[in-house]
Amino acid sequence: MMRFSTLIKHPADWMIGGEVDNAVVLTSRIRLARNVRLLPFPGWATAEQRRMAMQEIFPVIQELRPMKDAFAQPLSGLTSVQKQVLVERHLISREHAARTEGSAAVIERRQSLSIMVNEEDHLRMQSIRPGLNLRVAYDALNELDNEIQSSLTFAYDRKLGYLTTCPTNLGTGLRASAMLHLPGLVLSDKIGQVLNAIGRMGLAVRGLYGEGTESLGNLYQISNQSTLGESETQIIERLERVIAQVAQHETNARLKMLEDDRLTLHDKIGRSYGILQHAWLIDSKEALNHLSLIRLGANMGFFPLEIARLCDNLLMEIQPAHLQLHSGRKLSPEQRDESRGQIIRSHLQNVHTPAMVFSQTKSPPLSDQPLDLDL
Amino acid sequence: MKCDFCDQKATVFLTQLIEGQMKKVCLCESCAKTKGVTDPTGFSLADMLLSGMPTSALVANAPFVPTRSGGGKKCPNCGFSVDDLNRVRRFGCSECFQAFRPEVELILRGMHQGVTHVGKVPPGFEEIHARDEKLEELRQQLEDAIVQENYEQAASLRDQIRQLELPLPTTTLP
Repeated sequence: MMRFSTLIKHPADWMIGGEVDNAVVLTSRIRLARNVRLLPFPGWATAEQRRMAMQEIFPVIQELRPMKDAFAQPLSGLTSVQKQVLVERHLISREHAARTEGSAAVIERRQSLSIMVNEEDHLRMQSIRPGLNLRVAYDALNELDNEIQSSLTFAYDRKLGYLTTCPTNLGTGLRASAMLHLPGLVLSDKIGQVLNAIGRMGLAVRGLYGEGTESLGNLYQISNQSTLGESETQIIERLERVIAQVAQHETNARLKMLEDDRLTLHDKIGRSYGILQHAWLIDSKEALNHLSLIRLGANMGFFPLEIARLCDNLLMEIQPAHLQLHSGRKLSPEQRDESRGQIIRSHLQNVHTPAMVFSQTKSPPLSDQPLDLDL
Repeated sequence: MKCDFCDQKATVFLTQLIEGQMKKVCLCESCAKTKGVTDPTGFSLADMLLSGMPTSALVANAPFVPTRSGGGKKCPNCGFSVDDLNRVRRFGCSECFQAFRPEVELILRGMHQGVTHVGKVPPGFEEIHARDEKLEELRQQLEDAIVQENYEQAASLRDQIRQLELPLPTTTLP
């Protein structure tokens, strides 16, 4: 079985984009909620019933082809920092990390497929891909779902579809989401308008970090809310269409800034670069916001493109549990700020000062499509 | 006094006991009508109080701590009670959805794009479902045949039922 240290040693492909264009849409994620027929749902089951459900489900999952040499671990066998690291990597949910008795996580080697046993539902399965690739992510998970259904009988009803603990997941049990980097829309003050339009379409949008509507690092997550009355394909296609439009708006906002206000943009990116290269104490919020601008700069030609990958990796590495895992001990918030500063400085040490970029020169590939702003 | 839902003058006042607590709602004429208050059977104060909030937010905020002493109708499979369902808006097991059909319909109102599943059907489900319906039909015919002392037909029906009761190939895959 794979060890925890092996699992998290390398960032997942989806985290750093690989060959895929992730300038605006960083990742696409699909989640399916499934339950075993007749067994009480985890929230209502007694500890003993949860253990029994786990005994039935866990071996089936470990036998799945993609999970053959996966990381498979009952949560009771993980420290709280280890669980937190998995949360920061989006491999398990915060709610799942809070559970221990009779819960487990199975994570595929490349971290693109993961299954939580006894979260809110008996099974929460997840598939992640870099860029805007919801369909691909769904197909991979659907295959896994079919494979499991040859061994377990899932709770299913003709009218209500897959049955889930919470009625908000009934039907397909499908939550599709994408993580977007939208600094262009934020800097040009268009973000509110775009978020409102998304909300009106019955889709959910929230900041990835931070409370409420605040978003750190200009990172947003857009997802479907409705799971019943629409097929998986309809849900995914609608979401992909909206996300592609938002991404187009973001790209346009970036180019417009370059045309209209090149100096301001250059100034912001340059300041962020300066601060991150010389900060010795830096909290999450400040770090995320400056990294966001470095990432923007890299995607616009101010830095080499691989610096965007570096930022994506740092987004994970500077989070509290990751910092503590690396240092091998519990860190106070002040110590974390110091450690965070040190990690960022060391990574940005050899990054050259931002280049001058003009709107007519090497900016990111411009889409030829006319603007369809009808959100 | 003003209506709790808009700024008009409230003319309808409702008090209901929810979980041992007195809840009061004031409504104007038109809100009372749209909320269905005029029909006392199809109305629950809790639903109305809650419907002002997005359902998802509400569900997310409701901690799932069923009491195990909840009253009312209970699910025959897992013992989850309708009171707990109304309180935490979560279900206890797959059979709860049968046991609490009317409540499910109420909860689903306005929550999703639709109220009927149009997505994925589990592999083999249609076959199993068709078989179950056929079995039900044959068993009924068998009973009738026995009552009518038509033993020849009964024997044939019994054989058909035995044949159908064999597991489907799709369910016996490794």
